[in-house]
Amino acid sequence: MSLLGIVIPYWGQSLLRVLGGTVAVLLPAGTIVYLFLFKMMSFMQSRLGPMEAGPYGSMQLFAEVGKWLQKEDIIPERADRTIFKVAPLIVLVSTFLLVAVVPFGPDAYFTNFDAGVFYMLAVSSVSVLGILVAGWASANKYSLLGGLRAAGQLIAYELPMVLAVIGVVIQAGTMNLQLIVNEQNAGSMFGWDGLGNPYILTQFVGFGVFMIAVQAELTQTPFDMPIAESELVSGYMTEYSGFRFLIFFIAEFATAGVFALIASVLFLGGWGVPFSWFSWHSIADVDDWMNVVGPLIMFTKMMALVFVIMWVRFTYPRFREDQLQRFAWKALIPISLLNIMVTAILKVAF
Amino acid sequence: MSADTMLGDRQKLAYIAAQAADARLNVELETEGMTLNIGPQHPATHGTLRIVCRLDGEQVVWAEPSAGYMHRGYEKLTEVRTFPQVTTLVNRIDWLGSFANEVPFILASEKLMGIEAPPRAQHIRTILFELSRIANVGLFLGDLAVQMGAVTPVFMAFRDREYVLNLIEGATGGRFHPNFDRIGGLKDDLPKGWIDETRQVMRKLRGFCDEMETLVFGNEIFQMRTRGIGVIPKEIALQYGLSGANLRASGVDYDLRRDQRLPMAWDKVDWKVWTHPDADSWARCWVRLMETRESTLIVERLLDTMPAGPVMAKVPRIIKVPEGEAFVATENPLGEMGYYVISKNDLGPFRVKIRSASFNNISVVPWVLRGVLVPDIITILASLYFILGDIDR
Repeated sequence: MSLLGIVIPYWGQSLLRVLGGTVAVLLPAGTIVYLFLFKMMSFMQSRLGPMEAGPYGSMQLFAEVGKWLQKEDIIPERADRTIFKVAPLIVLVSTFLLVAVVPFGPDAYFTNFDAGVFYMLAVSSVSVLGILVAGWASANKYSLLGGLRAAGQLIAYELPMVLAVIGVVIQAGTMNLQLIVNEQNAGSMFGWDGLGNPYILTQFVGFGVFMIAVQAELTQTPFDMPIAESELVSGYMTEYSGFRFLIFFIAEFATAGVFALIASVLFLGGWGVPFSWFSWHSIADVDDWMNVVGPLIMFTKMMALVFVIMWVRFTYPRFREDQLQRFAWKALIPISLLNIMVTAILKVAF
Repeated sequence: MSADTMLGDRQKLAYIAAQAADARLNVELETEGMTLNIGPQHPATHGTLRIVCRLDGEQVVWAEPSAGYMHRGYEKLTEVRTFPQVTTLVNRIDWLGSFANEVPFILASEKLMGIEAPPRAQHIRTILFELSRIANVGLFLGDLAVQMGAVTPVFMAFRDREYVLNLIEGATGGRFHPNFDRIGGLKDDLPKGWIDETRQVMRKLRGFCDEMETLVFGNEIFQMRTRGIGVIPKEIALQYGLSGANLRASGVDYDLRRDQRLPMAWDKVDWKVWTHPDADSWARCWVRLMETRESTLIVERLLDTMPAGPVMAKVPRIIKVPEGEAFVATENPLGEMGYYVISKNDLGPFRVKIRSASFNNISVVPWVLRGVLVPDIITILASLYFILGDIDR
């Protein structure tokens, strides 16, 4: 691989990827926390939000991180110490594993392989493990209830998410995320290729189910029963303080960003612009400047989707856990199965 | 919105039967449960109430509230205060609607002394009483949503409650603890321009009620979380001595503002007592919403019929209450609040017994929480609406 005419050795490429991954996880997380959690939420609630640290409080996040890093790392006496310490890392690792398959441009990706969708769905459930062990290892009743609720909920919503993605996979005919982007931007609607063929137009049911499932996977309101601050104090995070809490916190918002990235790859055309604009025909034709513009496009789409996620979060009350299980099994799963059926029939018919 | 009923008598009985059956099942299976202490430090208990729950999975088998973590001994403290000083203490009982706490004590003292406040003072008292109801229950409407995870409505409640607090401050000088009521009348007359401002604020508050009705009560998830949850049938409500909106939501048409004769101005204007037949959490919340709206109307109508005259009756400079006993209860924001005052012809009361609404209202908790799920504990407690100061005094 060469960049700007310089041949980069393998270790250099790996280093670049690691740095790029860190940026791809932390930058969206920071932006989401500041823009949405601090500012948008405040404006919705007729307050100003942080205003003191930096212009319009833009440095507030750094102040918060500094505060958390200074705090004592408290481990409950009866906690399972090793597991308690590792649990937040497991949750964060899931985010990093997820971002690895997201393509940001024709060549700007961490890894590109054919089972991308399959891999993505598989590693997204690693975080359940972290949450479950965090709840168990804390030796706290609230944490235990929160952890068990989280496990039940995340497993229940994994299924509609998988089923929603299957519609896209059928339509694209591939599980490679890069090729899914290609299919959408090189495609055409009834012979008109001015907008490509973003799958949100044909897979709108799948998109709806996917976004609801993402909301539940992220344990955001109305599906935040595992955290449920008014009844379980803070669910599985109750006993965490200092930088371990910070890791949970980053993981929550970074995962929101990464899921939004994946949703924009699957449904909104990913990093691409409709290829007909520049008379490209496939990914091989795409000019190199898309490696710079692509990430920006992805970032914009991600922010739009995260806006919706956060909007719902700040507005709705939460479901009870039996209600949300019922919603998953009785509403979302039948709908997405129907969606798969219709997609498959139409795919064969046309 | 009408008081549409969703639960028939048969459904209510079925609910009770199901609760009892669940509890029995858990005893029979002897599953290993766990005891969960909700409180004294817990985000959902508005203070330091502790509820000991025996859980089977997420289901409550047995629950009991344990009060007393914030006991401040007001009944005893009143014995070493003079009569005018007591209002300062009792302000702090229900801290969200504090003016309403002063009124029954003052009325009881006036009853013992055989005096009555002049009509203008009665009017202003009633207006401030209703304003403190709005300040109290208005916050409940927002707080309700935050108990169910929606964080935004509570800020709207705080925003609009501020207008009411400004009014109370304008008239009395104190935002939270007015200490404005005097035996025989009020400390002062209303300031200039206060009446016009109150009219505007009442319109604004009705807008706030509409907003809450669409944002919170119109939300499907909110309805799923409250409809048919925490049913307290009429008989049970009466047995446990519930009062206020909790009782009216069980279908009992009982409101002390209308049902007893007091030297207050409620009988001078037309207004409606809201009841709901469902007796579930939804009904309790809905009755409170309607009452807040009704209170704004009461205030407006009282402003229209405000008589002129003095605000203070002729009382001696040093108040000495003649020997006797009196009990006066009023319909406070949280429910029926009464003071039983015994005087021995002294400067201060000999003994005061405070019947506060929340203490009785949470006594039904062991009954109503049996068989519900953990998330419903919070919604039921939120809909029962207690203030910890009112429980512990």
